[in-house]
Parts: sequence; structure tokens; C-alpha cells
Amino acid sequence: MANADFAGREYPATAPYSVGREKIREFASAVGADDPAHHDLVVARGLGYPDLVAPPTFAVVVAQRAEAQYVQDPDAGVDFSRVVHADEKFVHHRAIVAGDELVTVLHVDSVTQRAGIAMVTTRCEIAALTDGGSEPVASVSSSLVIRGEGS
Amino acid sequence: MADTARLRPVLADLAVGDVVGTRTVELDRSRLVRYAGASGDFNPIHWDESFATAVGLPGVIAHGMLTMGSVVGVVSDWAGDPGAVVAYQTRFTKPVPVPVAGSATVEVSATIGAVDADAGTVRVDLTVTHEDVKVLGRAQATVRL
Repeated sequence: MANADFAGREYPATAPYSVGREKIREFASAVGADDPAHHDLVVARGLGYPDLVAPPTFAVVVAQRAEAQYVQDPDAGVDFSRVVHADEKFVHHRAIVAGDELVTVLHVDSVTQRAGIAMVTTRCEIAALTDGGSEPVASVSSSLVIRGEGS
Repeated sequence: MADTARLRPVLADLAVGDVVGTRTVELDRSRLVRYAGASGDFNPIHWDESFATAVGLPGVIAHGMLTMGSVVGVVSDWAGDPGAVVAYQTRFTKPVPVPVAGSATVEVSATIGAVDADAGTVRVDLTVTHEDVKVLGRAQATVRL
């Protein structure tokens, strides 16, 4: 079962994730987002963005990489064959655009168990590197339900 | 570019209950594989029938994040700017099984749930169903206008 000792844990910032134009186009096509602002640089710039703008759920690509630090840690006790995604929440401080170098700090906000079911909630604070430091870009919260053995 | 003159909704014209868009999304197996590759979520429940049934699912199911990511297009297209979706959340209440042949049909309806004139935002509530059963719960997008 999920290890309750992980509740409250904060991980060091990840190595930067480089947001590429082709990744934005690929992700947009996969979710059926045909708005040219995801595909055409002229249109994106016309809307005031410095480069192609990512679809509203693109941050999950970055967040899931960071969450792997926790869910793939054998000591965390998260059996992925028993996991169901329960909820997801994005808060954007600004849109993600191609060219962003994103670093993520992963927090394990809670680990709860009852009646053979565990629920874990993680939060990824994603920031973009800037010349002087970093600026907040998005906060992504995700809850997973893990069914126990025999349930 | 014709695209530079996008018409954007005007907050003062909107009222709670206004339906701002509807859409039908078709999810087939190739779409699931494509999303797996694009997102990096390679959980086999989204592409391996034998694995999915072995862990107690009816068969291969769509990524919840694929459903969430696909249906929000009705909101961002209405808003005229994908970056205007400043917050977006949902619960995954029912899985969407995706058959080997053909596709699973997901119906989306987007309705104004709240208007915050001071913040310059509206909350758009999404009703998302598959075979008349809700598959997303409390699906809400906050849009800055």
C-alpha cells in the first residue's frame, strides 16, 4: 500500500524541460486542437505570444515526468497496475510557449488510506527559467486512487 | 492574416446558463496510441487489451487526460485564445472504453457557470458524456475575457 511517510515530501527542482514547437504541434494534434495558434507561428505571434502556444492541458507532459520521481519510487508503494486517475487540476499563471525551459518542483500533498483504498495527491509547481531566475507558469494537481490487494 | 481579427466573447454579454458550445469527440485506438506517444503516458491499460482486462477493466480505456484534453477545445475555440483558459479541472468519474474497431463517442456541452466581472473571468462548466453517462465530474474551465 501507499507509504504514508511520503506525505508532505517536496522534491528538488527537476532538470529543465525544453518546450519544442514540434512537441506542441504533436500534442495539439493528439488532442484534436486544430487552433492555428498551436501550429502556425504567425498566428501565435498575432495573438501576442512570442512563439507557438501550448494547449490548456499540455502541462501534464511536464508534470507526469516530475511525478515519476514519486510514483516510480519502489518505497512509495504506488502499484501502477492498480492505479486509477481520480482528478486533475491546472492553474496557469501564464500560457506555456515553445522555447520555454520549464523546471518543476514536485510536492506530495497527501497520502490517505481507508477501506483498502489509498489516495495520493501530488502538486507540480512549474516555473520557466528567465535571465535572472524563474517565473511561475503553472500549478498541476493530480490525485490517484490505488486499489488495495484483493479489492 | 484573417486570423488576426479573432472575435472574442464579451464578458458583459454573458449570463449564467448560456450554452457557449457543443461538440462530439470520437476516440479510437489509433488516437489513444497517438496520445500515449505525444504525452508520454504509456500505461498499457490504454493500448493492451489483455493487460486491461487482467487488472479488472472492461477492456482498453481512453486516458482520462485525453478526454480532458480533447473536450476543452470547445472552450478554447469559443474563447478565441487557448491561453485564455487560466484554470481547468475535472474528476474522472467513469472510464471511456474504446473498442478495437470503430470509436467511442464523447459528447460535450459547455455552459456558463459563473461570471466574475471584477476578475474579468467566467467559469465554463463542461458536461461530458459517453453513451449518456457522465464521464467527467465537476469539469470546469476558468476563462479570462
